[in-house]
Amino acid sequence: MAAIEVEGLRRTYKTSTGTIRRKSKLIEAVRGIDFQVGEGELFGLLGPNGAGKTTTIKMLITLLIPTAGKARVLGLDVVEDAREVRKRIGYVFGGERGVYERLSGYDNLRYFAELYGVPPREQRSRIELLLEMVGLKGREHERAEGYSRGMKQRLHVARGLLHDPDVVFLDEPTIGLDPVGARELRATISTLVEAGKTVLLTTHYMFEADALCDRIAVIDKGLIVSEGTPGELKQAVAAGSVVEVEVFGLPEGCVERVRAVAGVRSVSVEEREQAQILIVQTGADVELTHAILGTLDGASVGRVARREPTLEDAYVALVSE
Amino acid sequence: MIRRSARVLLMGWLFQFKQMSRSSFDSLLAVLWPLFFATVAFFMFRAGGKPDALVYASLGSAVMGIWTATSVAAGSALQRERWYGTLELLVAAPTHFSLVLLPVGLATATVGTYCMASTLLWGRLVFGIRLTIEHPVLFGLAIPATLLSIGALGFLMAVSFARYRNSWSLGATMEYPVWLICGFLVPLALLPAEVRPISWALAPTWGMRAIRHAAQGGGSPLLDIGMCVALGAAYVALGVVLTEAVLRAARARASLSLT
Repeated sequence: MAAIEVEGLRRTYKTSTGTIRRKSKLIEAVRGIDFQVGEGELFGLLGPNGAGKTTTIKMLITLLIPTAGKARVLGLDVVEDAREVRKRIGYVFGGERGVYERLSGYDNLRYFAELYGVPPREQRSRIELLLEMVGLKGREHERAEGYSRGMKQRLHVARGLLHDPDVVFLDEPTIGLDPVGARELRATISTLVEAGKTVLLTTHYMFEADALCDRIAVIDKGLIVSEGTPGELKQAVAAGSVVEVEVFGLPEGCVERVRAVAGVRSVSVEEREQAQILIVQTGADVELTHAILGTLDGASVGRVARREPTLEDAYVALVSE
Repeated sequence: MIRRSARVLLMGWLFQFKQMSRSSFDSLLAVLWPLFFATVAFFMFRAGGKPDALVYASLGSAVMGIWTATSVAAGSALQRERWYGTLELLVAAPTHFSLVLLPVGLATATVGTYCMASTLLWGRLVFGIRLTIEHPVLFGLAIPATLLSIGALGFLMAVSFARYRNSWSLGATMEYPVWLICGFLVPLALLPAEVRPISWALAPTWGMRAIRHAAQGGGSPLLDIGMCVALGAAYVALGVVLTEAVLRAARARASLSLT
């Protein structure tokens, strides 16, 4: 049995604009997605902002009711068996919210241990164990408002694991963390999988998904555009190559002109101090460097390089289509 | 099941109370805020020239303080949960949400005891209002009964705060009408007859009567306490039933978070 089963899941939000003449508008955040996550698997959900990742997670953790479709966690329906689902899942989200700032980290954990039905006799030892695991031991009696972002994030992780859930949902857990904090958190995530937990992770960081996930689904505009192992996704663009051009002052309309060049699969731009890096994915066996440079309208060009595609390139190609 | 629910309620109440008491500014405000209203009430009633009226005003102002603390704080407590991003975490927990919300109402009512104590003390020290209690045992019962029933009303309001993002302001708008309609300062007999059924349906009315009758004699304090507790229990029962429906609507309309 799959730990998570999603079939034709949809979620629509109604928003309105205007004060006197109010106009309602329906926004389709998730537009019918299907995927399965096996027990003990670490599954990554990747996508740009607004792609529908968090909406999907919120439906799976019972915080949102789907507009259509079905979702089951450990065989339990997320709408009909919401309370049973909640007992068996943990939820951790990124950022500094979700903490009672005026109280200590220990008080925060104690309250949620109670709400998650951790037996009173086990609460203390369970909290101690998790504090040790996330590296907050010794700081647990300080008010959470004095915690750094990384410490708050680790407190989130401890809270999400208090009741020893079978399935853990991690919504961009490393967002905003410094490199050391993010690396420690990734190590903790690996430990979860080693302990047999099923993990659904959303992240913006491709190397993180590459390093951690068994399988990845790329979601864009509410639809899953690709699914497979990191290797399979890279394979999808492996037949091509990537041309990177350093430009000082990218001319207006340049990206559209490059995109129109025959053989170009996707174009993206990265800002680097005074320069912009034009990243162009091309098909196999085509040499487009001169054609790309020809679209730059005489702009000052620095380094030009050609390289093999990475998972990030695969992701950019998928969400640019 | 009952044992676990009782434990969750107790721990939730302790947690919420601890959280509300941690802000020294909020605590100071809980003590000082009712004193402004109490002072106005004392001056008004003193102008009437009847010593009994000052005791009436003192007790009324004390319960006003509890209600103010509950009505305003229950709304802002839920709004704070939403801003902190903890409201979603509370809903995502397997515990019935009414067991999470009820302690919020009870904790705010408990904070109201500060208001009550400070108001009575203010009346004694500044205005020389000496409070003699006719039935100390019944007075001792009337206070927790009033606190619990006001807490239960706070819980009922909190249920709506969970559903509607902007309903936190409802608590503030209900502050003054309840002062009047529950007879905190003005006897119910002075209110229009058509308003009185609303007064009788509100537990604070009976709590106020119980406290006054126990302190000043007359009436039937035990009956008042019974009505107060019964109405409080009805609010809790109604709140528990509504919680599921309200929560389902909030999950359908995505109103639990700000993001």
